[in-house]
Amino acid sequence: MNVEMVTEKFSGGFLLKLRGDVDMNTSSEVRSAIAAIFKQGSPGMKALLIDLSHVRYMDSSGIATLVECMQNCMKTGARLRLCDLSPSVRDVFELARLASVFEIFPTFNDASAGL
Amino acid sequence: MTETVTLTVPSHPKYLYVIRSAVYPLVIDAGFPKKEARKIVLAIDEACSNIIKYAYEGDATKLIQLRVALDQQRLLMELTDTGRKPDVSKIVPRKLDEVRPGGLGTHFIRAVFDTVSYDTQQAAGTVLTLIKKRTD
Repeated sequence: MNVEMVTEKFSGGFLLKLRGDVDMNTSSEVRSAIAAIFKQGSPGMKALLIDLSHVRYMDSSGIATLVECMQNCMKTGARLRLCDLSPSVRDVFELARLASVFEIFPTFNDASAGL
Repeated sequence: MTETVTLTVPSHPKYLYVIRSAVYPLVIDAGFPKKEARKIVLAIDEACSNIIKYAYEGDATKLIQLRVALDQQRLLMELTDTGRKPDVSKIVPRKLDEVRPGGLGTHFIRAVFDTVSYDTQQAAGTVLTLIKKRTD
């Protein structure tokens, strides 16, 4: 099962839309896409938004990828905001007790407000 | 009556979705709610990922066997590999207050299943037995 990724630029930074399964087989592709965004956006990228509404499945390697992304954002001064978590992503965040660690918004509009 | 389903897949990460795709409807048919079923799928997927990473050390040419047994009292899932045996005393979930990449799989498995046991007594490999009691 694959993961599809679309990157869009908006006034506040970059939006990465993920679709499909983010697991041990595909998380390295997501990591590469995020690295490419950091490369394209540096220096001075204000924010990276990740739309998780169409993520059918996410495992601990997907969580690890998001944690690495958050750490990179902290280093570079960019905001990381996650939006529209699918039920499977909510489950894994709940089990990992990560909901309070990330900035999570119900929609892209909410996440991009104020950037 | 216990109903049993057995599935064998190669130890390549690209086949993890096959396990997930098989387990979800089985668990739903057994009467578990969707949210519970998703968590069971996550836990079994993490256990398979651990087999690929640690027992087979990334060798994608081996096999993982899953046996699912359902009865009125419980859901039993048994994962068998023929890889390197783990030091069971070192399989512990990490602390969740450390926000760092990695190490969550064991936590997920233990959070979802009521019983987690590793049998390393056979000549090669490990049998991981995961049991979840029915609550209804």
